Amino acid sequence: MASKRVAAVDRSRCASCGACENVCPRSAIKVKGGCYAVVDEEQCVGCGKCANICPAGSIEIKERAKA
Amino acid sequence: MKKKRWYDYLWLWAILYFTLGFFNILFAWLGMIDFLLPLALAIFGGNKFFCNHLCGRGQLFNKLGGDLKCSRNKPTPRWLASRWFRLAFLVFFLTMFGNMVFQTYLVGSGASSLREFVTLFWTFQVPWGWTYAAGTVPDWVAQYSFGFYSIMLTSLLLGLIVMALFKPRTWCAFCPMGTMTQEICKLKNKKQ
Repeated sequence: MASKRVAAVDRSRCASCGACENVCPRSAIKVKGGCYAVVDEEQCVGCGKCANICPAGSIEIKERAKA
Repeated sequence: MKKKRWYDYLWLWAILYFTLGFFNILFAWLGMIDFLLPLALAIFGGNKFFCNHLCGRGQLFNKLGGDLKCSRNKPTPRWLASRWFRLAFLVFFLTMFGNMVFQTYLVGSGASSLREFVTLFWTFQVPWGWTYAAGTVPDWVAQYSFGFYSIMLTSLLLGLIVMALFKPRTWCAFCPMGTMTQEICKLKNKKQ
């Protein structure tokens, strides 16, 4: 079952430093091609560790959109 | 727990680098690795593997600010991580870098003489002569060492200040190397 919440990246603010990638307990967020971080929504449980560590404030924890 | 890899210990390299500069300024040249490697990875690999996994400074900030709680862990001000500030800071940084290279050229051509100082925040001249015995290497090689170490130490101090004030890795949000490599990656990925 998918979690209620999920991480969302503001690509225009992401510095692709990889702080989120290193802190994610489920390897659900990865820097893609050095451009921005991408969330694997299947894996993300919305714990908020990435949003907390992000130095650019580019990650927000949002309610998962109803499928 | 994630399995630790050899490059998870590169924060030791960051400490070692700055320590060596207190004993022999010529070690400053080793910092060129931290300059050229991320560029090479971005240009040829189209990635930020350096920022993501190899940057000793980022790891050090994470250790100090995260594990050792030397950071207030407050959100970075929006403007500090904004695109225009990042680009402006990159331009400023490259200008200062160019100036440093020019000073090296002046010493190399004999137009000015070697100055055994480390310049902090592009302003404050700190005597650093004990780290160099005159005549060991050509003057310009030594001048570049002092200049390069100045840049490295200044940016480390800036990074530590923003680490204490905001998030552990706030420096990464506007690190000139990070901005440069990210722009290169964006260009590369747009082409594909």
